[in-house]
Amino acid sequence: MSELRPDLAIISEWIKPGSRVLDLGCGDGTLLKYLQTHRQVSGYGLEIDPANVVACIRNRVDVIQTDLDAGLSDFDPDSFDYVVMTQTLQAVYQPHRLLREMLRIGRQGIVTFPNFGYWRLRLQLALKGRMPMSEALPHMWYETPNIRLFTLRDFEELCREQGIRILERHVLDHVHRRRAWSDLIPSLLGEIAMYRFERK
Amino acid sequence: MPKPLPADSVGLVTPRKHHFDQPLALDSGRELPEYDLVYETYGELNADRSNAILICHALSGDAHAAGYHSENDRKPGWWDSAIGPGKPIDTNRFFVVSSNNLGGCSGSTGPSSINPLTGTRYGPDFPMVTVPDWVRAQARLADVLGIERFAAVIGGSLGAMQALQWAIDYPDRLRHALLIATAPKLSAQNIAFNEVARQAILSDTEFHGGRYMDHGVVPRRGLALARMLGHITYLSDDAMRAKFGREPKGAKGKLSYSFDVDFEVESYLRHQGQSFVERFDANTYLLMTKALDYFDPAAKHGHDLSKALAHVTAEFLVVSFTSDWRFAPSRSREIVRALLDGDKDVTYAEIDAPHGHDAFLLPIPAYFDVLRAYLEQVAEEAGV
Repeated sequence: MSELRPDLAIISEWIKPGSRVLDLGCGDGTLLKYLQTHRQVSGYGLEIDPANVVACIRNRVDVIQTDLDAGLSDFDPDSFDYVVMTQTLQAVYQPHRLLREMLRIGRQGIVTFPNFGYWRLRLQLALKGRMPMSEALPHMWYETPNIRLFTLRDFEELCREQGIRILERHVLDHVHRRRAWSDLIPSLLGEIAMYRFERK
Repeated sequence: MPKPLPADSVGLVTPRKHHFDQPLALDSGRELPEYDLVYETYGELNADRSNAILICHALSGDAHAAGYHSENDRKPGWWDSAIGPGKPIDTNRFFVVSSNNLGGCSGSTGPSSINPLTGTRYGPDFPMVTVPDWVRAQARLADVLGIERFAAVIGGSLGAMQALQWAIDYPDRLRHALLIATAPKLSAQNIAFNEVARQAILSDTEFHGGRYMDHGVVPRRGLALARMLGHITYLSDDAMRAKFGREPKGAKGKLSYSFDVDFEVESYLRHQGQSFVERFDANTYLLMTKALDYFDPAAKHGHDLSKALAHVTAEFLVVSFTSDWRFAPSRSREIVRALLDGDKDVTYAEIDAPHGHDAFLLPIPAYFDVLRAYLEQVAEEAGV
């Protein structure tokens, strides 16, 4: 595997070798496969899409076909070192519950999500009066899977309310690159946000 | 047999029989002094014997899983859709073994066989057999075939219970277990259906306490009723609606105002019942449904399935179908959950299919995609 998507590369640096990882909405299993091969990680992916389930099988990733909105009750407390969720938090029905669940079954959580406070989105709403769209949020409002749109500040406020300690944060552009200047005002300049967090 | 034969058919196959002269101790405390197992094989065992797959049949299945016994056969084996060159269970890569369970009526020793101790037919005296008994018998067959370790043991429904039992009882003898449309044990509702089916047979006046063959008769009505009941549980409400609806049967769709067949679904069930009587044995049906009822690998482990699975080393593929109400997806999830508890390798696919329990026998594209992808990994691992 040569070109790992930059956000996944950052996540794999965050994850200690040999740990147990649960990947929520694991897609085709790219991250878990990379972690299995390069970081001696074990664990499972959860995925709802049948084509992705088949792709995971081909990638030799243990995948459980499930609906994240149905909860994670199949997993015992503290059964993973990390519970990862990339680009999915904004697509679930009850993100706050899922965050709590992540930290029930895992010691640390890692999420990435599109930042609705990104300046271009703010501008679109302010000037055009239309629901914003961007490379990171490419769907029309009536057909978007992204039903819970929120900003960096919203997320950090939710973490405070839920007793979640943020350990690390990065912001990226829509092709998941880190831009030095985005860190000046992350909530405005970051298109995609990444967080690592734990229970307080 | 269709002509020309499709390229992905295993073609003409011949069942084989092995006689075991060592007694087999059974869970019931009784033993079989000697017995035969009938089996079929498709494909070739490779030099390092790493490519063998065992197929376990369900309630009314037999060893004839794929291909045709003669050119005059109208229908192929019961899982021909999945087994053959280039099919998900690819006989170009795998050596496939399919055996008929003990107590069966398709060649393996069962109630209609002669008891060597008495010289007469076993009939109702055939000992009760269980899923673990079947697995022990199959392990001996594997010894005979020189298979130390299966690349995979695969089954649907009752067959999947055998595959699960294999993983528990012989952890070193299989790399993968594929469990399709199954449950870790029967529910009260499942047992209830089985009990009504058994009562239909037992209360047939031609059952004669299980010695019907000695009287030259068959409890046709009872066995047909049992099968009709079974078929209702194999189909979903939607599948029945789509297949039959309230389509009237017979002339101009007029109601008969009698207890004759008025609707297509009645005709279908009657046909299924009648044709089942021609090929299946009532004593076997009684035994197989009991084996289902008794299956409960967790029972010996304080009813904790994860404890029962603590020592399994096989990797699992568990598949369920959304419309299967006989063994609903939630029952498969019980198995998945127990495997997750023990950090076992498990992949779970829940196939969106309207067909009910019968789906596991059908070539549903999403289902076969999963089977194919999984078995390709198994083949690579086996070096074929």
